[in-house]
Amino acid sequence: MARAQDTPLISGGVAFFSNTNGGNTSYMPLIEPLIAMPIGQRFMIESRAAILESFNPTSNGYDHSHFAGFTYLQGDFIVNPHLTIVGGSFLLPFNTYNDRLSPVWINNFQDGPLIASLGILSSGSGLGGMARGSAVSHHSYSIDYAGWFSARSGNEQFTATRAFGGRTSLYLPDQRLEVGLSYDRQLQGTHENFYGAHVWWEPAGTAFRLRSEYARGHHAQGYWVEADYRTQAFGGLNSWVGRFEPVFRLQQTFRRDTVVSDGVPLVDTQRADFGIDYNLPHNTRILTSYSRQFSSSGNTNIWETGIVYRFLFPTWKGR
Amino acid sequence: MKMTSLAVMLALAAVSLAPVARSEAPAASNGKTETKSDKQQKDQRSHQDQDDGERIFEANCSRCHNAPEGFSPRISGTIVRHMRMRASLSAHDEQELLRFFNP
Repeated sequence: MARAQDTPLISGGVAFFSNTNGGNTSYMPLIEPLIAMPIGQRFMIESRAAILESFNPTSNGYDHSHFAGFTYLQGDFIVNPHLTIVGGSFLLPFNTYNDRLSPVWINNFQDGPLIASLGILSSGSGLGGMARGSAVSHHSYSIDYAGWFSARSGNEQFTATRAFGGRTSLYLPDQRLEVGLSYDRQLQGTHENFYGAHVWWEPAGTAFRLRSEYARGHHAQGYWVEADYRTQAFGGLNSWVGRFEPVFRLQQTFRRDTVVSDGVPLVDTQRADFGIDYNLPHNTRILTSYSRQFSSSGNTNIWETGIVYRFLFPTWKGR
Repeated sequence: MKMTSLAVMLALAAVSLAPVARSEAPAASNGKTETKSDKQQKDQRSHQDQDDGERIFEANCSRCHNAPEGFSPRISGTIVRHMRMRASLSAHDEQELLRFFNP
């Protein structure tokens, strides 16, 4: 096996998105750089940031605003094969979207799910410590876990809520099935509990993926189910046909009361997203989708198009 | 709201699936060369390693994201350590994945 494989890396995504909602079109260029830097055999520092400019229509043309900030900045220490300790600002592992699907180069849609804000305590990041790892790993099943505590922080770059929580998942590789449960509790202001569950299924021998989540908060709950597919039937995944990736997502949210504190729509909402992504060579994707959203506050059409390029390279030349 | 018709469309899409795999396994473009005798000695083991590595890659990496189209071998260890953290890989899986990236 070759050595000197632990050069720090820079990765991330560059994207340009457009969104037409109710006839108003907004544009957003953004970059999400990620750095991962191993130190010795057991330690690693990793961070991701987001830099974006948003152009929104006004009565006089377009107004724009910008944002630049860390998504997370954490240190990982591998204690033993079953335990990694994380310190710093880390993505909250509640359900799967926040820490697994939210990077711009991974998500199949521009938008996150309607319930994405449930359980991630406003900022999506915690500031404190986390223990996570693989509890059991066999050929026929594996169980992983994460448990964390976050302190309260008003720092502009690392806003966090005092809270604790955890997630555990069971994966069955033969069935390609993953099920998991999440829980967290806010420990400042009104102490609220959040519960989550996820099911992912990628049937063996197919290029079909089914992902779903359910989340329940103190004031609202909801779920989403997403399916995507690529075919090898016309010359493989890298043929011009195989690069198409139809995506479908179904979402529903339900208010439990009218207290607005969680980012979920103010009234019960249903939404269907129909997307066709195209996976160009050189780590580039085109994302397109049409969504129809139904609620008592009005039905809307949402059209989205975008292009995303993923980059991945060493920080410097090694030997 | 015709949510039931949407569910039917989803079911139809699922039924029409062809039995193919999504594997787009990446490999670090390693310039290392081996002698013929080395290959003979290691052939059987490396096939097993590749199978294990591919299985682990499909189970832990491509479950979330498409594989990047190749990358420098200098960062394969960093990628694997990052994935160990993100996907809670076991130590065994980490080693198999590293072998898979550097055949």
